[in-house]
Amino acid sequence: MSAQVESTESDRAPGSHQSSKDRLKSYTLGLALAIILTATSFAASSSNWVWGPSIPVLLAVLAIAQMGVHLVFFLHISTAPDSTNNILSLAFGVFVVGLVIFGSMIIIANLNHNMMPMDQIMDIHRQR
Amino acid sequence: MSSVVDVALDETPTETPLSERGPAPTRVVAAFGFWLFLLSDIIVFAALFAAYAVLSGETNGGPSPIELFDKRHVFIETGCLLASSFTCGLMMIALERRQSGLTYAWALLTAALGGLFLYLEFSEFADMVQRGAGPTRSAFLSSFFTLVGTHGAHVTVGIAWLLTMMAQIATLGFRPMIIRRMICFSLFWHALDIVWIGVFTVVYLGAHA
Repeated sequence: MSAQVESTESDRAPGSHQSSKDRLKSYTLGLALAIILTATSFAASSSNWVWGPSIPVLLAVLAIAQMGVHLVFFLHISTAPDSTNNILSLAFGVFVVGLVIFGSMIIIANLNHNMMPMDQIMDIHRQR
Repeated sequence: MSSVVDVALDETPTETPLSERGPAPTRVVAAFGFWLFLLSDIIVFAALFAAYAVLSGETNGGPSPIELFDKRHVFIETGCLLASSFTCGLMMIALERRQSGLTYAWALLTAALGGLFLYLEFSEFADMVQRGAGPTRSAFLSSFFTLVGTHGAHVTVGIAWLLTMMAQIATLGFRPMIIRRMICFSLFWHALDIVWIGVFTVVYLGAHA
């Protein structure tokens, strides 16, 4: 009763959900999906299900799927109108995370690429 | 023209206009604020992940990731954390129904599974240090211990927090303030599990792929 009033009167906070029966269903479903995805990614990491060099891509897809499962079924993040704040802040968080991780990787790969090989650096030192 | 008004009315089911509704309930404000903190905490982890991704190949002639990591060990750790995330959810359901016995039981199980996870992690760390693969050996190992150790520190703080909350429920009862803190704790615990998905995929499975 009070939860329903709250959901129409104001925005929903992450983690809140309508009834405890729905919550139990959501946690059980989330656990089942998470177990399947975890077991699949552990099995896939040393398998020949896909072309060898593409295994990291498969693992990344499984990990992102499992993060989504956790967000939806455990943290109860949804795209409902009353949880716009939650999803928008999540989107911003994901944006910054992507910027930090891929930005660092690109910058360092570029620096590595442009770095003079070690023996040439030693040659310069010897010529002085 | 009138249809536009109808649509606008449909979108706001409550009679009170937004400007007259007053502040959101404390429960919503507290949980949303904590959600923002968790996102910033995940950004901290993103920086550590970036450091690991950049440095994981810099072994300096020392042991490489594939020589060090035991996949079966990590699978058990993952199972512990996932199960504790589930029992944390069950604890929140018991809390909502004000069943104090069940709340304590699920909280104890959550803390125990978290403790088992920590034990497994520290035994792995101790084993690595003993084999000469401590954090000072190479850039790869420094970044590994920083990333996984920060996650472990978060789990430690989470267990301490949960035990504190149990003591507060015992002394203060199911007050709104306590419920809010428990909601924040459950968000924290689930977020740690999400970070662990990244850890076992990037660090442990990435080494074998």
